[in-house]
Amino acid sequence: MPMAQMDNQAVTPYGTDHLPCRRAVVATETPLVLDCGQTLSHIPVAYQTYGRLNADRTNAVLVCHALTGDQYLIEPHPMTGKEGWWIRMVGPGRPIDTDRYFVICANALGSCMGTLGPREVDPATGKPWGLRFPVITIADMVRVQALLMDHLGIERLACVIGGSMGGMQVLQWAVLFPDRVMSAIPIACAARHSAQNIAFHEVGRQAIMADPDWHGGDYLTNGAQPTRGLAVARMAAHITYLSETALHRKFGRRLQDRAALGFGFDADFRVESYLRHQGITFVDRFDANSYLYITRAMDYFDLAAEHGGVLTGAFRGSPVRFCLISFSSDWLFPTSEVRDIVHALNAVAADVSFVEIESDKGHDAFLLEEPELFAVVHGFLDGLAQHRRVAPL
Amino acid sequence: MSVEILETADADTPAGAPAIVEAGNPLGVEPADTAMPPMRPDLQLIADMIPPRCRVLDIGCDQGDLLAALWRSKAVDGRGMELSMAGVRACVRRGLSVVQGDADTDLMTYPDAAFDYAVLSQTLQAMRDPKEVLCQLVRIGRRAIVSFPNFGHWRVRWALMSTGRMPVTRHLQYSWYDTPNIHFCTIRDMDTLCADLGIVVERRIVLFGNGVARDLPLGWRANWLGRDAIFLLRHARGSGA
Repeated sequence: MPMAQMDNQAVTPYGTDHLPCRRAVVATETPLVLDCGQTLSHIPVAYQTYGRLNADRTNAVLVCHALTGDQYLIEPHPMTGKEGWWIRMVGPGRPIDTDRYFVICANALGSCMGTLGPREVDPATGKPWGLRFPVITIADMVRVQALLMDHLGIERLACVIGGSMGGMQVLQWAVLFPDRVMSAIPIACAARHSAQNIAFHEVGRQAIMADPDWHGGDYLTNGAQPTRGLAVARMAAHITYLSETALHRKFGRRLQDRAALGFGFDADFRVESYLRHQGITFVDRFDANSYLYITRAMDYFDLAAEHGGVLTGAFRGSPVRFCLISFSSDWLFPTSEVRDIVHALNAVAADVSFVEIESDKGHDAFLLEEPELFAVVHGFLDGLAQHRRVAPL
Repeated sequence: MSVEILETADADTPAGAPAIVEAGNPLGVEPADTAMPPMRPDLQLIADMIPPRCRVLDIGCDQGDLLAALWRSKAVDGRGMELSMAGVRACVRRGLSVVQGDADTDLMTYPDAAFDYAVLSQTLQAMRDPKEVLCQLVRIGRRAIVSFPNFGHWRVRWALMSTGRMPVTRHLQYSWYDTPNIHFCTIRDMDTLCADLGIVVERRIVLFGNGVARDLPLGWRANWLGRDAIFLLRHARGSGA
């Protein structure tokens, strides 16, 4: 059936139609031109909102999720039953206070929780897009979010916030739509994906594509799932989200359910058992092709590239109030990369705050209980409110 | 000048010098517009020098007391740079725009004349390259405000002369081996360096040991009796408008 008729309805027979969330269809009048040159129209977007939009529509906060994240910030995940991924940050009385702000989180373009991605059905063929889905970029994801804001009647966001890939989207928002963003909080991210990070992503993609159940990307129509490949990809990636200190503290060399080494290849060590668990549970909720597409989008991310390789060019004249946050033990997006962004913002005398938070929890710290992170975000948003009242930006 | 006079701690204000600011709060009266504790006297003097609604970069802003006061009382568009993460976090929690950074290396990332005032309070003596930092201050700020402890103060001179050891005074409490203050100077030194660098000293406020402050010309009174100094600077080629 035509995509235009699908607003608020089932989107695909392949597994996202039952998800409890809000849905919109964007790019219905004008197709969205992607960075790769292809166009997409009638793009379904799955999203959640929390709190209430005020009368002058100035209290909207957009949360951008990470690689494998989704729109379920607070409520239990509909597939895993686990608590919302940012329940510590968003909610009544939380740093992003839903009693004060209207919080929106949309599933990213290319993902697999209801927004258009390779798992959804290509109206031209009636089959899942698979690898026929166009390669998308972080900017494409942001353009879709901007179309969602149009749909919701929100001209200007009080804040865009996110960690990791979400942080990349925050930066991209500030560059693409500086007049639609009052403030930006990019957390644990970089202005470009490093060679090391691209390398880790490539390992994950190769693991997926080496799984015979991947079927050249057409596993859905073949009734299969490349679960082994996707699980390995997740295991490799998960290591990069932690720190050596955190791994050692959590597992050390302790053995799993045994008193002595097994002299075999079972999961002797707790850390092995933990990683296997991470891999196995991941495949139940995530689409392998989405993993390929989204990691690719992150690899392609380079804010400076469009400005002759000079990052300052991306931010020139920016009216956005920035607050950048890094974590001391994050080796995936180390503080030095965040500091590069700070220096670029300084060079155009942008309004910028930058905090490195002491934590031994690695990259994943932004998802965890980090009181300092909450205090900084809360203070920054409070300051924003004061500045808007006394001296509107 | 006799030793007896030098040892009278609170007698070192020149006769007739009008008190610009009182240290502390002897009457216990809260400032009318705020319940904040009184600021360090040199910060209050600096705040008084800055006109409303201008752009200010406070380098070494610590917990953000100056920026917060400037925002509250003058709606100043303030930014801060602070080396200590604890200080930065405290500032951002207060809603101030502050980056973690090192003045020795990070000032060069700002463009020319990005700010109306670049403020460096009680920090120049801790810089690895104070000369370069001074140049950066008058480059990125149309004016710079620099406050520093005066190593030519009589107490410092007396401590060195009488004990033969590096001075440790109530005001400068570090021992030579653990002090962050690696580049002390006197008021006269600062005037000389500014002249060498083509920097104009527009104002020279001298703070005495009893908390009284006044504008003084360069001379023996400033250099002997000033415990701290605040210089208002601009580059000679700048318009200063």
